[in-house]
Amino acid sequence: MNFEPVLLRRWGKPNSQSLETYRADGGYTALQKALAMEPPRVIEAVQKSGLRGRGGAGFSTGLKWTFLPKDVQGPIYLCINGDESEPGTFNNRVLLEEDPHQVLEGIVISGYATKSTTAYLYLRYEYGDCYRACEKAIQEMYANNLLGKNILGSGYSLDIYLHRGACAYICGEETGLIESLEGKRAWPRIKPPFPAIEGAFRRPTVVNNIETMACVTQILDRGPEWFQSLGIPSEHPKDPGSYGPKLYCISGHVNKPGLVELPLGITARELIDQHAGGVWKGRTAKAVVPGGISMGFLSADELDTKLDFVGPGKAGCLGLGTAAVIVIDDQTSMVDVLYNTCRFFAHESCGQCTPCREGTAWSAKILARIRAGQGTLKDLDTLTDISNSIGIMPGTTICGLADGAAWPIKNALKKFRPEFEEYITSGRRSQSFEVAGSH
Amino acid sequence: MSGLTEVAKQKIRDLLPCYPSKQAVTLPALHIAQEEARCVTREAVREIADILELSPAQIHDTLSFYGFFKDEKHPLGDNRIWVCRSLACMLRGGDELLAEVCERLHVSPGQTTADGKATIELAECLGACDGAPCILVNDKLRLRMTAEAVVSLAEGRA
Repeated sequence: MNFEPVLLRRWGKPNSQSLETYRADGGYTALQKALAMEPPRVIEAVQKSGLRGRGGAGFSTGLKWTFLPKDVQGPIYLCINGDESEPGTFNNRVLLEEDPHQVLEGIVISGYATKSTTAYLYLRYEYGDCYRACEKAIQEMYANNLLGKNILGSGYSLDIYLHRGACAYICGEETGLIESLEGKRAWPRIKPPFPAIEGAFRRPTVVNNIETMACVTQILDRGPEWFQSLGIPSEHPKDPGSYGPKLYCISGHVNKPGLVELPLGITARELIDQHAGGVWKGRTAKAVVPGGISMGFLSADELDTKLDFVGPGKAGCLGLGTAAVIVIDDQTSMVDVLYNTCRFFAHESCGQCTPCREGTAWSAKILARIRAGQGTLKDLDTLTDISNSIGIMPGTTICGLADGAAWPIKNALKKFRPEFEEYITSGRRSQSFEVAGSH
Repeated sequence: MSGLTEVAKQKIRDLLPCYPSKQAVTLPALHIAQEEARCVTREAVREIADILELSPAQIHDTLSFYGFFKDEKHPLGDNRIWVCRSLACMLRGGDELLAEVCERLHVSPGQTTADGKATIELAECLGACDGAPCILVNDKLRLRMTAEAVVSLAEGRA
C-alpha cells in the first residue's frame, strides 16, 4: 500500500525546524482555521475525526476535552506529555527534533479549543535536542504573534513553557507528571478526581501526548474526514475505532530499525518484513513487543495481529500502547528478555504502592535467580501470582505502571512457558552478563 | 561546599512568573544548581528553599526522588555518560557495551573516573532505540555506539 507520510512529511528536509520553512510548507494555516471557529466547534472536529490519544491509553482526545467543567472561572492548564520513556518508543523525539512547529501549532489549537490559559510542555531530560528545537521554535512563535497575547488578532492568549524532567519513567503517567510539574516527587494521584476536574495546581487540566498534538494540527488542516479515511473502523459498539496515521517505532533484531508512519492497523509481520527490512541475520522472530514493553509479547504465531487499538488485546497483550515494536529473534532467551523487563519496572516503580514496589522488585530478583541457575519450577507460579496481583486491574495500585510490569510476565509465562521450564530443569545459566552498579 | 552563585539564584527567580506556585520551580532550580556545581550541595538546597519559600526538607524530598541529582559527596565528572540497558539496546549489545566501558575506565555504573573526566551511568530506555545501542552524553543522544567510541568520549578524545 502506498501511503504518503503526513506527520513525518517534513522529516529530513533542510532546516525543517524553522518557522520559515514550516510556513512555506503551509504551516499555521490549521491554527488560522481553528481561530476562525468557536472553540466548541474545534472540539467537535477533533471528536468527529475519531482521534484517540497516542500516548498509550488510547482515550478519545475530543471526549477528554469535553470533561472540563463548563464556564470555568480562572485558569485551565494544558500539560503536554513529552516524557516519552516507554522502552522501544522514540516517535515523539523525532517529531520534536525534526518538526517542532507541527506539534506546537497543535498545542495552540488544543489550548484554544479547551480555553487553556497556559500550556506546560513536560519534556524528558534526555531529549536535549528536542528541548533546544522547541526553545527556538517557541521564541519564533512569540516574535510572530503565534503565542502570547491576542494570537493572530483572535483575542486568544496562550503561553507555552518548557519544563524538563529528571529521568523518571513514572513522570509519563499523567498525574505523576502533574505532581512532578508541581515540584513534588512524581507519585501518581488516586483518580477520581480526574485532571479535567482537578489537575495541575488543583485546577482543571488537560494532559495530551506530543503525537496527539501533531494529529490535531493535521485534523484541523485536512479535516476530520481525511483522518477518518485512514485506519480501521469500529469493530463493535464499544470500540471507538482506530483512525488516522500512526507513527510506528521499530527496534531490536531487524535489519532496518526506525520510525515509519502508516495508517493504523498494519500487521506486525508487514511492519517487520516490508518496513524494517525483515528479521536480521536471516533469522526468524521468536517474540515481538507490540507497543512498548508494558504491552507484553506477541508470539511467532501471532505476527498477523493488526497493530491497531484492538488487535494486540485479541492476542492477549495489554493493548497497542505506544505502537513501539521490538523484535526478538529466535536465538534470544526469553528468560533474559523477561529479566530485562522486570528489572526495568523494579527500577522505575515510584514506590508509592506496596504491591508494585515489592512485586516488581521480587519479580526481578526471581528472574535473576533463574538466570543464575538457581531457579525452581515453583518460581514460575510465584511470578504468575505476582503478575495477577499487581496493578489497577486487580485493584491494588494507584496507577498502571504495575499492569505494565505484570503483562510481560503473564504473556511470557503463558506463551513461552516450556522455554522457562527447560531453562530451569536443565540448570542453565544466562550467557549474557550484568554489570553491578547503582543509580 | 558553597551554595549557588548570584547568577544561578537570579535564573531561579526569573522562573517564578512561569508558574502559579513557587514550588513548581523546584525541578528547574535543581537543574540550575547541578549544572553549575556538578552536584546539588546542602547549601544550595537551603538557598533554593529560601527562594521558593519552602522547607529544605521539601526540596530534598523532590531531589532524592529523582536519581538524577547528585549530592556534594558524589559530584559529577566533567561529562556524564549514560549507557542504555533497556530491551531494545540489550538486544543489540547494550549490556556488553556497558560492561566493556566500565572495565576499560575502571568504574562501576554511578562512579566517576579517577581523572574526573566522566561519570558513567546505566540508563533505562533513552528513547533512541532506532540507534541501539545508544548513550546519552550530558543531554545529547549518541546512536549506534561502540565501546571504543564511548571510551573516547569519556577520555575527552572525541
